[in-house]
Amino acid sequence: MTRVAVSHLEKRYRAPGRDEVIALHDVGMTIEPGSFVTVVGPSGCGKSTLLRILAGTLERTSGQVTIDGRGVSGPTRALGVVFQSPVLLPWRTVLANVIVPSEIQGADKSAARRRARALLATVGLAGFEDRYPSELSGGMAQRVGICRALVHQPGILLMDEPFGALDAMTRETMNLELLRIWREQGITIVLVTHSIPEAVFLADRVVVMTPRPGRIAEVLCVDLPRPRTLEMFNTPEFGHHVTAIRRHFNGAGGLD
Amino acid sequence: MDATTATPPPDVLIVRPEEEGRTIRAGGRWKESRIVSPLLFVTLLLLWEAAVRLLDIPSIILPSPSAVAVALVHEVGSVSFLNDLMVTFTEIAGGFATGAALGIVLGVAIGQSEFLERVAYPYVVAFQTVPKVAIAPIIVVWFGYGLSSKVVITATIAFFPLLANTIAGLRSAPRDQIEMLRAHTATDWQVFRMVRLPQALPYIFAGLDIAVVLSVIGAIVGEFVGAKAGLGYLILQKNFSFDMAGSFAILIVLSLIGVALHGIVIALQRRLLFWTAGNDRSRIAAP
Repeated sequence: MTRVAVSHLEKRYRAPGRDEVIALHDVGMTIEPGSFVTVVGPSGCGKSTLLRILAGTLERTSGQVTIDGRGVSGPTRALGVVFQSPVLLPWRTVLANVIVPSEIQGADKSAARRRARALLATVGLAGFEDRYPSELSGGMAQRVGICRALVHQPGILLMDEPFGALDAMTRETMNLELLRIWREQGITIVLVTHSIPEAVFLADRVVVMTPRPGRIAEVLCVDLPRPRTLEMFNTPEFGHHVTAIRRHFNGAGGLD
Repeated sequence: MDATTATPPPDVLIVRPEEEGRTIRAGGRWKESRIVSPLLFVTLLLLWEAAVRLLDIPSIILPSPSAVAVALVHEVGSVSFLNDLMVTFTEIAGGFATGAALGIVLGVAIGQSEFLERVAYPYVVAFQTVPKVAIAPIIVVWFGYGLSSKVVITATIAFFPLLANTIAGLRSAPRDQIEMLRAHTATDWQVFRMVRLPQALPYIFAGLDIAVVLSVIGAIVGEFVGAKAGLGYLILQKNFSFDMAGSFAILIVLSLIGVALHGIVIALQRRLLFWTAGNDRSRIAAP
């Protein structure tokens, strides 16, 4: 059984008076339920485009995308999405921000609030329910963004460079926290990043993408044991995976 | 097509939401200005008083501040003045409320529909280019010398700032907030209610602030054209009888009305738009 299936996916942008841009070319992949897949590549490789098409907020030019066996033709309730920036609504409290998806989907309010409180507690934000986004640090705000993406109990979590704006130390903490949430919630995660170590550290499988046109260069299985720990960053196996991925970008640059 | 990709409407009279927080950044100077500003006022009044007395300027040309003060106390105590004040205030409030409500409603309609914007907005802009003062005599002919013609004139003036600012405000919603809602299956109505409208509120308040001051002008212009009561009508009467001190006293009352209405709008804005710059709760200590 597959959770997400993509085949022969093509995305072209056509702006008047300009040459057509091929953002994605012949992209295909399958994602198993409960797995953690990361998509890594330099900017312009189409990784965010791919995520937007999966989320249903961007139309594809051709090809098939199915989620749980159903063709994707727009946003679906089975998804939670985390963006590069937290995108919190400044006039809503933390709790009111977290329940936005439940509110959109017309779910029972008190149940949504209860679940939001529980989620906030698991990311260490108990007691912050009535604060406003302007009172939060960058890491705290992104945690709220993750809680929001989980509040309606989606099967799949899509994350678009969720930790790109955070400092290195916060980022490591958030990576560990995300792995814990993934284990606890039993969800499928697709995470886009431009950091090769982050991609390797989190994933069961790393989808390596190269630009112009955006396509999949390799899909790499990461066989590091779970649960992952920060010490693994220094193991030879970890370095081996990182080197294997970096090979694809020699000369392309733009990756850390 | 996403509405945010549309070109913004021609920015006739669009005023960006007031950038607050200036007083906070200039923290040290703020205290000073609180003392210097009243001092400046008193100094100017004294200079004025001295000039009138020393140069022996006749009061039918320029009354002294003390004469104006006496006239003001005299006017405020009279029943007929209070009646005129109520008339003008009703005109301002009625015209402002009508014009603002129409501007917001039509602004929401145009802001939500690109079809309506292309079809109707050019005519609205064309209407705005007609000086309202010039059509005031026509409106007095249509609606008579009473209250209703002034309400209509004031409404036509208060209407446009709210229309333009409501449209601009609805278009100002950040794309990422809209995409976040869409990704979680929000409908157009939900996007409007949860993001577009709250984002438009600072613009709408900026429009209200402009409209409220313009409304005072609208009511007085209407009374100048033809009226049987009101503060504008009273100014004309004082002028005819060379009562300059009385005219000045009424000007003070009019500007106080304007300042009070502006203050109400700003107070409402502070209360409702607590999340905007210089107004956030981060400064309030957590319990």
